[in-house]
Amino acid sequence: MWLTTSSVGRKVIMSVTGIALVLFLTFHACMNVVVLFSGDAYNMICEFLGSNWYAVAGTAVLVGLIALHFIYAAILTLQNLKARGNSRYAVVETPAKVEWASQNMFVLGLIVCLGLLLHLFNFWANMMGAEFYNGGMALVGEFEATDGAGLIQFTFGNPVYAVLYLVWLAALWFHLSHGFWSAIQTLGVNNKVWFNRWKLIGNVYVTLVMLMFAAVVVYFALGCKPICG
Amino acid sequence: MAKNISFKLRYWKQNGPKDAGHFDEREMKDIPDDTSFLEMLDILNEQLVAEGQEPFVFDHDCREGICGMCSLYVNGTPHGKTERGATTCQLYMRRFKDGETITVEPWRSAAFPVIKDCMVDRSAFDKIQAAGGYISVRTGAPQDANAILIDKDSADEAMDCATCIGCGACVAACKNGSAMLFVSSKLSQFALLPQGRVEAAKRAKAMVSKMDELGFGNCTNTRACEAVCPKNETVLNIARLNREFIKAKLAD
Repeated sequence: MWLTTSSVGRKVIMSVTGIALVLFLTFHACMNVVVLFSGDAYNMICEFLGSNWYAVAGTAVLVGLIALHFIYAAILTLQNLKARGNSRYAVVETPAKVEWASQNMFVLGLIVCLGLLLHLFNFWANMMGAEFYNGGMALVGEFEATDGAGLIQFTFGNPVYAVLYLVWLAALWFHLSHGFWSAIQTLGVNNKVWFNRWKLIGNVYVTLVMLMFAAVVVYFALGCKPICG
Repeated sequence: MAKNISFKLRYWKQNGPKDAGHFDEREMKDIPDDTSFLEMLDILNEQLVAEGQEPFVFDHDCREGICGMCSLYVNGTPHGKTERGATTCQLYMRRFKDGETITVEPWRSAAFPVIKDCMVDRSAFDKIQAAGGYISVRTGAPQDANAILIDKDSADEAMDCATCIGCGACVAACKNGSAMLFVSSKLSQFALLPQGRVEAAKRAKAMVSKMDELGFGNCTNTRACEAVCPKNETVLNIARLNREFIKAKLAD
């Protein structure tokens, strides 16, 4: 299968899974913004996404995408190290136009994974745990674990978590600032005219999505309540 | 007016691919700054030979920037730092400062084993070219130039791609040891022309497969290659190669 056996194919896997994950992030960010306005509305979305088979199927696809993206990142990175050979340059001058993020995608990806683990620990474990153990009786701080909006306020009320999440978002921003354009380039949907357009579209899009995430963190870190309650 | 500069030269010595290698150093005195970099190395070798030492080995041939033989990694940049578009042989000593340390290294990449000192084996590029970088259709007797109409933009772009001299600076600069800029340029010079379209799919598959087989890395779009390419090839060629390859595979 050319997707796994050729260098371009493996990059296509990275590209397609990456784009799919960006779409997921977009959805997630849109959903998060709701909590700025109404905790109840947000909890309705959570409930809608928490208790039916298509949410479970969606989660399975998501896990699959992340796993594929991660596994192929590891394979590609190892192959690239091997291709680089054993000897290293004594002096290296990186050209100015080479973006820092583009050379550190794997490390940035690892930071994103660590953030993801923290995120699962903070939210997913509590909320899913509450569902599995029936009844939503578990309490996190003063909030019930099924109260997603409350959980957000509780988590970001802790400045340590707020800062950790902002660092995570910054790493994700760097990762995607290269990743978005790189995914398009890998699929070959690029030419002289669209080169700068894709770069701009990618940067604006990714920045917007990240700002949506960051807004929620900062809003509740400052101790504000949802606008409409 | 040319002035003379003196500097410390650190140059890589390595006896074959298995040897660990090391730097030798020499104070170079009063080198006219209108000397080319390779002429400066000739001066070094004259001194070494006069002292009964083994000369420093490096690749060079035409010394006018078109053959692609010279391949020195100078002060952290393939072909040394110039305004865009110069090979090592087109690098002049006026680029350097008096009293500077100049470090000369070979292309370092698993697919380019060192033969000796700074001379590396780039026959992997020849193998990729031989795998598909040609046209095998029977063209018959010379035709009228207007028999196949080609728009000026495509003709120019194909020519730009064809100016890739296969020096390997792209691989040397790439943190992944990827040969995508070379392969994509050699593919594009045909893909852009009607005569090359006939075997486009076959060519894309054959060249990528040979490139993978020879142990070059995977492109991660860092664009270090185009920043150092002496012929100003762009990563848009890589997008074209990706497109051609994906299309060919999907058609299968």
